Amino acid sequence: MDFLTPTTWADALAAKAEQPDAVPVSGGTDVMVEINFDRRRPPALLDLTRVPDLREWTHDDDGRVRLGAGVTYARIITELGRTLPGLAMAARTVGSPQIRHRGTVGGNLGAASPAGDSHPALLAADAVVEVASVRGTRQVPVAEFYTGVKRNALAPDELIAAVLLAPATGPQQFCKIGTRNAMVISVSAFGLALHPGRRAVGTGIGSAAPTPRPADEAAAFLAGELDAAGLWESRGPLPEGLAAEFGHRVRAAAAPIDDVRGTAAYRLHTLSVMARRAATWAWDEHRGADARRAA
Amino acid sequence: MRIALTVNGARREVDDVWEGESLLYALRERMGLAGAKNACEQGECGSCTVYLDGLPVCSCLVAAGQAQDREVTTVEGLGGSSEDSGDEAELDPVQQAFVRCGAVQCGFCTPGLVVTTHDLIRRNPEPSDPEIREALAGNLCRCTGYEKILDAVRSAAAEVRS
Repeated sequence: MDFLTPTTWADALAAKAEQPDAVPVSGGTDVMVEINFDRRRPPALLDLTRVPDLREWTHDDDGRVRLGAGVTYARIITELGRTLPGLAMAARTVGSPQIRHRGTVGGNLGAASPAGDSHPALLAADAVVEVASVRGTRQVPVAEFYTGVKRNALAPDELIAAVLLAPATGPQQFCKIGTRNAMVISVSAFGLALHPGRRAVGTGIGSAAPTPRPADEAAAFLAGELDAAGLWESRGPLPEGLAAEFGHRVRAAAAPIDDVRGTAAYRLHTLSVMARRAATWAWDEHRGADARRAA
Repeated sequence: MRIALTVNGARREVDDVWEGESLLYALRERMGLAGAKNACEQGECGSCTVYLDGLPVCSCLVAAGQAQDREVTTVEGLGGSSEDSGDEAELDPVQQAFVRCGAVQCGFCTPGLVVTTHDLIRRNPEPSDPEIREALAGNLCRCTGYEKILDAVRSAAAEVRS
């Protein structure tokens, strides 16, 4: 096995081009488990922890946060909790303090597990994944990045550079079902973002389909109902039953299976409940923001 | 491959490290530091917790090569002595509190809990019970003796504050 240790982004891309079967490793919270358990013997490990660009976040020219693929969950919580509240909420549910000091959103995307905690938040926020190779850089909307169970849109010579996310313009929520609060791989998860400026709703479903996926029909339904009733402007209360109907439609967007962590039926039920609650909480926060401004 | 790193304040060079090897394995099997324990090998139990550049991490999930030129502190490096001299006076206040409170049953989880507690109290010398539970959420005790462990954390925090 080779152990490749690039110290610049250019060297990392060159190494990946030269050895496309090298497995990138940053926090190691997925890759090292597979190696420890003899499930994987890659010909090379490509250590990305010494590439400074990956460990920074900045604002791009469009005002978006450009979150380097190697920024840890712990840093997202402490440094970006207000700017990216949905992602920070998801980050707080990842593993344990030890895991959050190592794990990264780039790793979550690289592993592309349907149960990855960051995915529902990335989907709800319409995140864009910036991927690169020696051939150049391209941007992939996150919903198109997940291509199958633990599969993603990366070409063999590509690496994940960053995730691009607009700072939140409205309330965001993240909900996760598991057997305890810490150290849990989600049974099901749901992310929600309100985008009042464009009168839109963002959604993300985790652990309840072959890939993380948005619930686009449900999101359009909720945004449309809010629009039709003039609620985006008036910030009036949600009509009776609207959040529950939203929950039903989110459930309809899922395609879960029975596995060791839970049954498909339980996943569907919990998604419906989480979506209803998330919508209620987010709308209450939206209304509260208005009340605070008026005061 | 050869790796060079700082462990408990001393520069160490280790040869014949396998590229897929964990930092935990290198510490235990190549450097003779058996304090960090090898249990789940998947980051679930926290028995292998060490400081890596000042942050508590599961050393089973760090590739040994990733520790090149980094600073590692293991449970052996806490307190006044870098080696286990058996002298209680040289133990870190957290270690003393675990002894004092009887927060040890089989002892396997103890080194990880000591390192994690050390980090908590360093950051927050007056942790609330929910903060203690949150900080220790990644350290499992399968003897399920958590009450004494919580007592030890509170006692260590009080000791450090005084």
